Amino acid sequence: MTPATGMARRIVADAARLMGAPGLVPVVSAHIDGCLYHGDSGVEFAEALVAGGGQVAVPTTLNVGALDLLHPGRVRFPDHQAAMARRLMAAYERLGCRPSWTCAPYQAGHRPQPGEHVAWGESNAVAFVNSVLGARTNRLGDFLDIACAIAGVAPDCGLHRDENRRARIVVDAGGLSRRLRASESFYPVLGAWLGSHAGNAVAAITGLPQDVPEDALKALGAAAASTGAVALFHIVGVTPEAPTLEAATGGIAPEARLDLTPDMLRSARDRLSTATGIDQLDAIALGSPHFSLAEFAQLRALLAGRRLAVPFYACTGRGVIEILDGRGWRRELEGCGVTLVADTCVVVAPILDAGRGVLMTNSGKFAFYGEANTGHGTVFGSLEDCVASGLAGQVVRDEALWQ
Amino acid sequence: MIRARVLLPGAGAGPLLRLVEPLSFWGGVDPASGIVTDARHPARGRSIAGTVLALAATRGSSSSSAVLLELIRSGRAPAAIVLGEVDAILSLGVVVAREMGWQTPPVLELAPEMQATLPEGQRRVDPDGTIA
Repeated sequence: MTPATGMARRIVADAARLMGAPGLVPVVSAHIDGCLYHGDSGVEFAEALVAGGGQVAVPTTLNVGALDLLHPGRVRFPDHQAAMARRLMAAYERLGCRPSWTCAPYQAGHRPQPGEHVAWGESNAVAFVNSVLGARTNRLGDFLDIACAIAGVAPDCGLHRDENRRARIVVDAGGLSRRLRASESFYPVLGAWLGSHAGNAVAAITGLPQDVPEDALKALGAAAASTGAVALFHIVGVTPEAPTLEAATGGIAPEARLDLTPDMLRSARDRLSTATGIDQLDAIALGSPHFSLAEFAQLRALLAGRRLAVPFYACTGRGVIEILDGRGWRRELEGCGVTLVADTCVVVAPILDAGRGVLMTNSGKFAFYGEANTGHGTVFGSLEDCVASGLAGQVVRDEALWQ
Repeated sequence: MIRARVLLPGAGAGPLLRLVEPLSFWGGVDPASGIVTDARHPARGRSIAGTVLALAATRGSSSSSAVLLELIRSGRAPAAIVLGEVDAILSLGVVVAREMGWQTPPVLELAPEMQATLPEGQRRVDPDGTIA
């Protein structure tokens, strides 16, 4: 056993004791959030694992780093931070992790099977892998994710166990208009509402169309894991553990039932915008979680070759950029004024112009963290709104959907 | 004198800082200085460095462990941490710091209603969980 394996096992054992887990469960894959630079201590920890001969025991992907390695200079760090952020990313690669650098690893080929036990970090990735793929992980904090990946085990408690995965609250969306439920921007708003009302309770949502696109589920989970600590949700008729409401609740009466109203959604949507005046627009950002190929196809159709009038960022994984390159879409999008950001994003790394401006986004997660992390006030809108605003050079929002 | 449950053992002393509102270390505490930066928190602008920090509740960001590790490394961590309920993510910052061989604060569990009875001023935490 290498010194790093010993260290990883002690960390997992301490975490298990703190979490009240009676034992450990073997995991088949891991996703690591600890590769984002928060300070030099994290670099020293990762390098200590490397020095101790650390290697992950299971296939492991990496979440975003603090640098865009494909576009040097896009992230405006002082020299010391840039060098340390790079060292951190390099250390995690040396531990045997795949340099995927994306918060949507599930759209970059890392898709565990239903019922598999995994050790995943990063709140949106955790919500997606539990809810949409039906694999099992707890919300692991920084450092515990890599410790589990090296040890090959995780504390056996919480969402690894059947009894904690059943829905305790039932939320019915059936009373909302068909048009709202079919719209892409409904899902991050529903997620934002869910996170602020469910906290960390598991909810089953009824009354949603059976053909909800995967990107909508991704947006829902990311928003719910931002406004709350949601790590698992069920959508009846859609997600794998909820073929029926009875399956989702385990046949046990829920503790609460809530019927969604247009008012509840409208106020959740309003809370995602923090900018006080929207007579100004400084930047537009898409891609939290990282933009998928399907989302780029939508963006391309909406732009139709027209030129944007404000800085417009689309954050995505390097795997998607490779496909954009191959199809000639990258050149076309850049020609319209889209700035592609790879490996990182505008809310975790200094990319936007500093100062107190207005940032528009279709992401519930960007909208929630945008102001604290970038200093800009946020305006939430649909993808259509974001493109229309980008072309017009001012905030344009279709309010009809929310009336 | 109060006896708390020891989550991670150690000793430390400093002025009591009692926070009733939930605090998230990530996005709520500056990792370089230990100053509370959460704009919505009543303790905004106060430093947690060197205090016996009694937290009735935490709000769990999964990167709070990273912020606490950074505070420990730079010597700006609390002298002792008293949690209203176990927060495994935050405590992990101390677990990892101990693995790194850095000097770590003790982490204790004490119910919020008991935290409320701790007298203001200089407090000392002993390895057995005694707060005097």
